Amino acid sequence: MNEKDRKDGFQPRQWLVEPDFVVERDPEKCIQCQVCVRQCANDVHRYDEDDETVSSDSSPCVGCHRCASLCPTGAISIKRSELDFRPHGNWTAAALRNVYKQAETGGILLAGMGNDQGLPVYWDRLLLNASQVTNPSIDPLREPMETLTHLGRKPDRLRLLERDGGVALATRIEPQLELQVPVMFSAMSYGSISYHASMALARAASEAGTYANTGEGGLHRDIRPFGDNMIVQVASGRFGVDSEYLNSAAAVEIKIGQGAKPGIGGHLPGEKVDGAVSETRMIPEGTDALSPAPHHDIYSIEDLRQLIYSIKEATLYEKPVSVKIAAVHNVAAIASGCVRAGADIVAIDGCRGGTGAAPTMIRNNVGIPIEFALAAVDSRLREEGIRNQASVIAAGGFRCSADVVKAIALGADAVYLGTVALVAMGCHMCQKCYTGKCNWGIATQDPYLTRRLNPDMATRRLVNLLRAWKLEIKEMMGGMGINAIESLRGNREHLRGVGLTDRELRILDVKAAGE
Amino acid sequence: MISGLTTDDKEMSGCAISGIMSEVGRPFSGESIIRSIANMHDRSNGLGGGFAAYGIYPDRAEDYALHVMCDHEDGLKAAEAVIADRCVIRHTEPIPTRPMRAIRRRPILSRCFVRMREEELERNYDRTEDDLVVSLVMDVNTHVEGAFVFSSGKNMGVFKGVGYPEDIGRFFRLEEYQGYIWTAHGRFPTNTTGWWGGAHPFGLLDWAVVHNGEISSYGINRRYLANFGYHCTLRTDTEVIAYMFDLLVRVHRLPLRAACTAMAPPFWSQAERLSEDERELVRALRVVYGGALLNGPFSILVGHSGGMVALNDRIKLRPLVAARRGDMLYLASEEAAVREVCRDPERLWNVRGGTPVIGELRGQAKADATPTVLSGGGQEV
Ligand code: SF4
Ligand code: SF4
Repeated sequence: MNEKDRKDGFQPRQWLVEPDFVVERDPEKCIQCQVCVRQCANDVHRYDEDDETVSSDSSPCVGCHRCASLCPTGAISIKRSELDFRPHGNWTAAALRNVYKQAETGGILLAGMGNDQGLPVYWDRLLLNASQVTNPSIDPLREPMETLTHLGRKPDRLRLLERDGGVALATRIEPQLELQVPVMFSAMSYGSISYHASMALARAASEAGTYANTGEGGLHRDIRPFGDNMIVQVASGRFGVDSEYLNSAAAVEIKIGQGAKPGIGGHLPGEKVDGAVSETRMIPEGTDALSPAPHHDIYSIEDLRQLIYSIKEATLYEKPVSVKIAAVHNVAAIASGCVRAGADIVAIDGCRGGTGAAPTMIRNNVGIPIEFALAAVDSRLREEGIRNQASVIAAGGFRCSADVVKAIALGADAVYLGTVALVAMGCHMCQKCYTGKCNWGIATQDPYLTRRLNPDMATRRLVNLLRAWKLEIKEMMGGMGINAIESLRGNREHLRGVGLTDRELRILDVKAAGE
Repeated sequence: MISGLTTDDKEMSGCAISGIMSEVGRPFSGESIIRSIANMHDRSNGLGGGFAAYGIYPDRAEDYALHVMCDHEDGLKAAEAVIADRCVIRHTEPIPTRPMRAIRRRPILSRCFVRMREEELERNYDRTEDDLVVSLVMDVNTHVEGAFVFSSGKNMGVFKGVGYPEDIGRFFRLEEYQGYIWTAHGRFPTNTTGWWGGAHPFGLLDWAVVHNGEISSYGINRRYLANFGYHCTLRTDTEVIAYMFDLLVRVHRLPLRAACTAMAPPFWSQAERLSEDERELVRALRVVYGGALLNGPFSILVGHSGGMVALNDRIKLRPLVAARRGDMLYLASEEAAVREVCRDPERLWNVRGGTPVIGELRGQAKADATPTVLSGGGQEV
């Protein structure tokens, strides 16, 4: 280490790994206020007391924009590293860097958030319909426009009994979740995200008349009052699961798989397991929370049936039981099996779904897009005449209300929102959630960082997002001449494909534009 | 199946509809329905017209009356062979028509009165005779080259074709028939193949549906019906409506009013104001029959042997007027079409969106009854 480096306190860079970003500070604008120094948990910015200057070392920068957003003079800009490799179609910069990292550490590459490989987003190749002349569009500002959605098992038919001049229901309808808007917050565990973030999701779900999913991290005592708007998850690690947990929520979800990492379990590093997380998960403080790849009591569909009915027994058949599976090649047959095993709801998580931590290779290479998985599942359940028996939730990378409308037209009853909810709270997609150093105070347990997320403001932002989407969904429905969401659900006549192959159109069961 | 004539596109059309019924079952001739529908001439464009009549075959009331249209003699022979294979054919004859200058290219029109063979019924012990007739009709219509069964009820018949409805009525000599329910349709299709089978009414067993409007929920209604074994081959809204009535009323045994509530339910905000029992019922119907909800603008008239039902979409985007005088119930797209045949109705009102008007043969055990809020009503005009 030379004199200069030692003086600046810089560590030598990781061998062979160049920085991803370049942090530039405009000396004209910088007023040496040190906001950036305090904001960056990655120690990019340093203050030299002798020189009274702020300087930066770009190498640990993850591009989260926290410093740039908070710099009072706008002195900081974050750019992609200009350090270009000689272009190579096979050996991209990302491919090379991954090799350097592994050669250095001997470890599995980790990643946060969903698949970043630029897979085609089929929502962008599906276009919606609107009414003209033969069928009036409906103005949602002037006419009722219904988005109320019920999730749960439905009987194939109702039996009505005649009774003194009236009729009475002779069919008991199984418990249903009632959503004011057909979106819910996806499973994000307390532990992977902060207490404030979990709280904000629960509060926003309750305010907007929908549900938030606890993920596999248990249900914090303070969040139990929001139980009527919570779905609790039972995953392979069974963290935090007891009878009180199951009964404190509106529904229970068995997590078999996750779109970002099908086929493997979860990993919450010990650094994130502080006192409260340990209590909620019912595991010792500071230990890694490793959920096994499979449920060790589910090696077959019959076993799943047993778990579903154990949960139903434990909750007195008062709550719908959901089964969440990752969208894998055989997803239609698997979903059908889940329904036949007794699932009231099947949630399907596509390969663009997010995660707090996943092995990069799995995140980038396993699973199929939600569009195909959803189309295949909905069609398959209909072919088998069992579509009524379970609701279908689509998940995995939903970005906007149009994605939701398209998913419902393709056959989903509702959509799970994960990543987009974090973005609404401030996430800047740096994809480093697994480091526990989320500068936006979301995917971290470090009290210095979690303080940054004001739960009231985060709640408000989430409620705003749901409100805005609901308005947009109503606009799109009205344009199609539909005033009840059930008439959009599975109504593929309102979708047309662009730039899709015949085979893709066939699987989606959607006509090409112009047809 | 008539080759090249079933279209792959969803059909859209605007239309005129009319219906007349005697609630005591008193037969009257087809003259008045022809006059009523003719009064709305401008609502159709000459590309389709049709009628359904109930009580017209009293001497053969126990037989299914299959009306068949064929492109050529071979089609007719093939269809009759399929029918004879499963049914006892008790009588066959050409459907009587009169030459009309306005009616050009017409198919071979034939009717046969049939019953299912005993062996068929025994072999299919788990299905009703009605079910077997539905299958037979579907088989002929999808597999027999050049033939199409367009009416399959008992003691009733559908008569339809390409032309203005009044011309079609005269062509089929409907003024010579006596029936206690008549419905009619004049069509204004936006895309047409000029195919006779594409005209309304759409008939299945004793259901005959005429309809004005476009069902924007068509895509899901069709897929919902497929769940229960109905395959929509014509891709018309009317076909979907007929199957939906068949499923909800005949197969699921919902009272007519409840079936109408499932197809055009009150808004959730309206349901809020109902009594608890009624609210529960509306909720149950909406939750279970979401796929049966018909969305988009429509007015529908459905005939069946026990009566006639009229239904408007929930926000009444298509016209529909009802009137009563004595035992007679009149329903039509326009008031003028009612006044044409009933100058002084005792009551005449605009049918309210989502609220069915039900004409029932009196004396017959009430097939349905529902809480008051789900019963008829509307504003006087
Ligand atoms: S990691 Fe974030 S806060 Fe730190 S320098 Fe980079 S952009 Fe700024
Ligand atoms: S949650 Fe935080 S760590 Fe994860 S991508 Fe978003 S900003 Fe980065």
